[in-house]
Order: sequence, then C-alpha cells, then structure tokens
Amino acid sequence: MLNKNFYLILIISLVFAISFWIGFNVNLLPAEASINAPIYDELFKILFIIGLIIFIGMTIAVIYSLFKFRKRNDQIGDGIALEGNLSLEIVWTIIPSIIVLLIGLYSYNIYDRMGGMKELNHNHEMMSSNTEKIWAGISQTSDNEIAINNLSIEVSAMQFAFLFNYPKGNFISGELHVPVDQKVSMKMESKDVIHAFWVPEFRIKQDIIPGQPTILNFTPTKVGKYPIICAELCGPYHGGMRASIIVEEESDYNEWFNKNKKSEVNL
Amino acid sequence: MTISIDPQKTNNESLQPKGWLRYFSFSLDHKVIGIQYLVCGFLFYLIGGTLASAIRIELASPMSDFMPRDVYNQVLTLHGTIMIFLWIVPVVNGAFGNYLIPFYVGARDMAFPRLNAVAFWLIPPSGLMLVASYFVEGAAQAGWTAYPPLSITTPQSGQIIWILSVLLLGGSSIFGGINFIATIIKLRRPGLKLMQLPMYCWAMLGTSLLVVLSTPVLAGTLILLSFDIIANTGFFNPVLGGNVVVYQHLFWFYSHPAVYIMVLPAFGLVSEILPVHARKPLFGYTTMVFSIMGIVVLGLVVWAHHMFTSGTPPWMRLFFTIATAFIAVPTGIKFFNWVATLWGGKISINSAMLFSCGFIINFVFGGITGVALAQVPFDIHVHDTYFVVAHFHYIVYGGTVFIIFSSIYHWFPKVTGKMLNEKLGILHFIITFIGFNLCFAPQHWLGLNGMPRRVAEYDPQFQFVNQISSLGALLMAISTIPFLINVFLSVRNGKNAGDNPWNALTPEWLTSSPPPVENWEGEAPLVEEPYGYGKEISEQK
Repeated sequence: MLNKNFYLILIISLVFAISFWIGFNVNLLPAEASINAPIYDELFKILFIIGLIIFIGMTIAVIYSLFKFRKRNDQIGDGIALEGNLSLEIVWTIIPSIIVLLIGLYSYNIYDRMGGMKELNHNHEMMSSNTEKIWAGISQTSDNEIAINNLSIEVSAMQFAFLFNYPKGNFISGELHVPVDQKVSMKMESKDVIHAFWVPEFRIKQDIIPGQPTILNFTPTKVGKYPIICAELCGPYHGGMRASIIVEEESDYNEWFNKNKKSEVNL
Repeated sequence: MTISIDPQKTNNESLQPKGWLRYFSFSLDHKVIGIQYLVCGFLFYLIGGTLASAIRIELASPMSDFMPRDVYNQVLTLHGTIMIFLWIVPVVNGAFGNYLIPFYVGARDMAFPRLNAVAFWLIPPSGLMLVASYFVEGAAQAGWTAYPPLSITTPQSGQIIWILSVLLLGGSSIFGGINFIATIIKLRRPGLKLMQLPMYCWAMLGTSLLVVLSTPVLAGTLILLSFDIIANTGFFNPVLGGNVVVYQHLFWFYSHPAVYIMVLPAFGLVSEILPVHARKPLFGYTTMVFSIMGIVVLGLVVWAHHMFTSGTPPWMRLFFTIATAFIAVPTGIKFFNWVATLWGGKISINSAMLFSCGFIINFVFGGITGVALAQVPFDIHVHDTYFVVAHFHYIVYGGTVFIIFSSIYHWFPKVTGKMLNEKLGILHFIITFIGFNLCFAPQHWLGLNGMPRRVAEYDPQFQFVNQISSLGALLMAISTIPFLINVFLSVRNGKNAGDNPWNALTPEWLTSSPPPVENWEGEAPLVEEPYGYGKEISEQK
C-alpha cells in the first residue's frame, strides 16, 4: 500500500515538474513589443502550466487504465461493480471550481492591468468627441510610468486597407508611425464591413465596426516594424488586408511627422 | 364515404417498402429514420471533408494560388455550414437519437413518427440546395457566421439560399428536439423511472431543451437578415441605422448552445460505450445527470464570449468570462467520471474503446484551450486566429466525430447483425488519431504567432507549419478509406454478431439484431440497471 502511494506521488510530482519545465522553457509566443505583451505572457504561462498538468495527468490516467485494466485472454466476467464514490466526486467538483475561480480572478487582475476595466474615452483635444458614445475597446491604465504623452490617431478601415489619420498634423497615412514608449490612443471606425485591428507583437485586438466607434489604446515598448493584421473576415482579399506599424525613436518619429504635416490652412 | 383510420394498418409493415428500398422511402420506423440520418450525414461529411481538403491544399503555400479568393471564401463557408448543420448535428442527434431513444425508454417508436420522417426529409433537399447554390451565382461567402454587413454586401443569391437552407435545417432540428422531449418524458414504459434511463436519454433531453430554446432565435435572426438582403430593411445594416453587433448577440445565442447540441449527445454516447467495453458500471450516474443539466443552464448564458473583441463593454466581457470558465466544472466532472469508469474494469481494447479514449484525450485538450479562451485578456490576442480554429476542431472533430466513429463500431452489429472488422477498425483509429493531431495541434502555434483564420494567403514564415497541418489533413482524408472498405465488406461478409455480441445490458441489446419492426416481439423489457456490470457475478458468489 505504501508502495502504491509512493508511485502515485512520484508520478504526480513528475507531471508537475515536466509541466513547469515546459511552461518556463517553451516559448510559443511572438516578440513582446508593448506594455500589454509581458502582462499577457504572464497569464499565458500560468494557463499553459495548469493546462499541461491537467492534460498530461488525464492522458496518463487514460493510457494507464487501458494498459493496466485491459482484458487478458484468459479472463472472463466483469470488472468491479463500483457505481460511484461521493467523496471522490465532491473532490473533483470542488477542486476544479476553485481552480476556475482563481483563474477568473487572476485574469480579471490581468485585464485590469491591461487597462480593460478603465472607462473608455478617447483623448481628443481636436474634437468634441467626449460626448460621443464609445461602444467598446481596450483602454489603458493612465498611471503607467512609461507613457508620458498622448498620441491620438483616428483609424478608418475599408475593404481592404487601413487608413491612419493624424489630426494634429492634418494628414492621412497608410502606415502607422508611433514613437516608442508613448501612449497611443486610437479611435476606430469602419467604412463598410467589420474589420479588426490586430498586432500580434502587442497582444491586442479590437474589431473595427461600421456605425460604432471603438477605442484601442496601447504603448509600444520596442522599436521595430510590426504587422497590422485584419482578423475579421471582410471579403475576398481579407488575407491581404495588412498594414505596418512602425515604432521609432521620438526624434525619428518627429522627423516623419513634420515631413508629412500639412498646414492648418489646407483644412 | 368516410375514411376510417385503423391504427393497426397505418403502421402496417406491408404498407412500407422492404429491404434496402425502405431507406429511400418516407418510412415511419425510427430505426430506418436513424439510418437515413446517419448515411445522409456521412455523405455530407464526405462533401465537407473534400472542401476541407481544398482549404488545406490552398494553405499548403503562402500565396493564394489554388483557387480564386472569392471561391476560397465560399469553400470555407460551405465547409463550416455542412459539417455543423448537415453532419454533426443531424448525426449525433437525429441518427443515434432516433435509433436508440425508443429502445432506451421501452417504446415501439418515437412519439410523433410522421413529424420524425418530415424532420429527416427536410435535410436532403436543403443540403443539396446549399451545395447547388455554388452553381447559381456562387455560394455564400461570409463564413458560417454570416456576419452583416459582409453577408449583406456579398452576392445575394448565395446568401439567400444559405439562409433558406439553414432555416430548413433548423426547422428539422426543432422537430427532432420536440419529438425527443415528448418520447423521453411521455413514452417511457410503465415502471421505468427517469433516474433509471441510460445516460444518452439525459444527454438528449438536455440537448433537445437547448434546441427548442435557442434554434428559434437563430431562425428569427436569419429571417431579419434575409429582409435586410432582399427587402432593403435596416435591422443589421449600419447604412440604414442598423446595428451589426445585435446580429452577433442573436446569432451566438443559438450558435454557442449549438456547440453543446453537438457535444452533449456525444457525452451521452460515450457514457453508453465505455461501461460496456470496460465491463463496469458508469461511475457516478447522479452527478453525470446533474452535470448535463448544469451544462444546459450555463450553456445558455455564455454566448458573448464569441464577441470579446467585438462591440462589447468591459463589464459584459467580464461576466461572460466567469460564466464560460465555470462550464469547465460540470464538463470536468464528466471526464473524471469516465476515467473512473475505466479504472478497475476489464477493458476490451477494440475500435469502439480506442475511439472513445481518443475522444477523452482530444476533448480534454480542447477543453483546456477553451478555458484559456474564456479569459478575456487571453482571448483578445488569439480571437479570430488559427488558435480558435484549432480549439474548436479539437472539440467538434477530436470530440464529437471521434464519438460518431466509436458509436458506429459499437452499434454496427445491432443495426446489421454483422461485426465490423477489428483490424481495419484499429487501423482507422490510428490514422485518424495521428492525422487529426498532426493537422490541428500545430494550428495553435500559428494562431498565437499571427495567422488569422479564414485567409487564403499568409506570411511565408508560417509555410512549414501549415504544410505539417496539411499533411495531417491528408492522413485524415486517407483514414476514411479503411473505414469505408470495412463497412462495405462487413455489411456483406462480416462475422455474424448474434443478438448481443458485447454482452451489454442496455435495452437495445435485449432484442434481436437487427431488431424487428416494432423493436420487441413481446413486451419491452424493464431495465432498471442499464449499467449493472459486475453485479451478477458477485451475487452468484
């Protein structure tokens, strides 16, 4: 009996060890390039480890049962007439409930840290959009140290392109240029069908909906060029609907901005 | 002249064609209708599988080079619609439900045999109509979700035929649901208590409640959508002041429960198969019943988790996170109970058992990614990517389709009186299991790293992993060959099964195989313990 328990504990600890090792050493995610990304990756790692423990554990249990309790050729008759075990069933109701509840609370915490629970409003000095109803989106916590300034951009999507309007410079660009370590606030609306704005390296996505403006705020943390991908089926060329976001040092950004800026008179 | 209806005569055998012809007739026999559902569903599975192969061929290279882009969108729309509405829903509900439920409740047929036949005969025309829409002006190309405004702006005839076809299929599903509820509640043989019913009855009761509660919402939504398309109304058309997000709410109010309409019957079927081949009672009958009902209740209040990146405010995102994650609890109970059913049994390792165990492993994997996807912050990154594609194929293919095959191996002797070949069956399982995992496991990585779903072209860096996935799809296509050979050979030359080859205790095995027209020669037997394995022996001792 002691022997049996020993092996059980050994196998359980092995499953935990393997799961933690894989969880910490196997990276399934792309580069982290916004302040949301490390927060997301933290949640991913936890869920990955819990998932591995459950999956490996259940798989071992199934394969072990098939092997251990397989019917030998000389055997006849049935297995044990065990119809249930209330205390065992209570255990595997309560433990998953607790795990699910903890994961839920933890992901609330993550979502809050990403700014998801903040009130949605778009910082727009140029427009009187404060009264406009914003339907959905991801805001961002204002108290983060890195984000010092606010860049407001209006995004419009259409089959099959994104257009980025820089109201301060009064120009429209097909590429999204943003300075690194600054908070960017985008108000997005579609001109035809539903599209979505997704930057995998930023771990953010928000649908762009016709008739309902949505908000997406983020702070890039790494200089580079990343793809903007439309993630909502929008027609035959959906797969080709892409743009680029170029995160650059503030000086480079200002140079680009000033080159494209149009004087207010042209408005 | 008065027309007298003799109840004896209307159901008289002599009025119905005999032999294989009866499968092409408006038969009222629940067993014939069950087989009609199964074979019809399997033919559509082959069509849907061909479309899936076309998708995987297109995705074997990063460019859109195998078919025109709009045809690709039609193919993925038809693939989804056919697999859901013409293969999985009709087969796990209609086919097995019709064949088994009357046996399980001790009835001679379903409560409404004519409604039952009508429900089946709605399927072939609507399915053919859907496939034929390709030749009109191109099939629907807005995905199986048909989100407006895309579905309003794409070519109209394809979308309208799609709506008509789904409405008919939904109607068929509702007729079936009403029939199952009536049969299970009202046609039980005297003395048979609800808590003595085999688990599949409970699964079908829960499923049918979901069908009856949620399918009418889909029907209403699609009718409004068709008004938008043909009559220029503005329910969902933002140009006319409509709201596109309302459509998504209404659509998912059906289409999330639809997931349970596809998996709950599979949960019921596996609960029948495991005890027989493990020679052990089903572990925890009462908790199994409560967890089915728990899934039914929770399944109705989680739909917005399909809309986390859509027009949903933060509080709504959070509520649906918690509700969705909690579905894992009753689902988890069922999986632990099945493993406990295996524990200590005398397990025959045959095709039915292997497919059931494959189901447990695949579904646990899909369930884990499901709990992760329920978390708003997690979902925001992977929503509408290949991660989601991989997740739901683990649920509906790795889960339900594995159970459909398991059930075919289990009940084939009941239906035909012949055994299926075990060697071919195990070969079928091995190729399917490897092919399935090779096809869908890599897609999780694709989604996490930036490949959206429903695209014909993608970043060249994803080519290698996509080719692995396509190779898996090829194996899955090949896996149907040993299965088809097996079925055709065994129907003609299979080993005689006898009446009860598995020594099972559930009522359908207590009559001849194949069963007579009204199921039993005499009274229906009263089976109080459908899972009483191991008891006789201990009593004898």
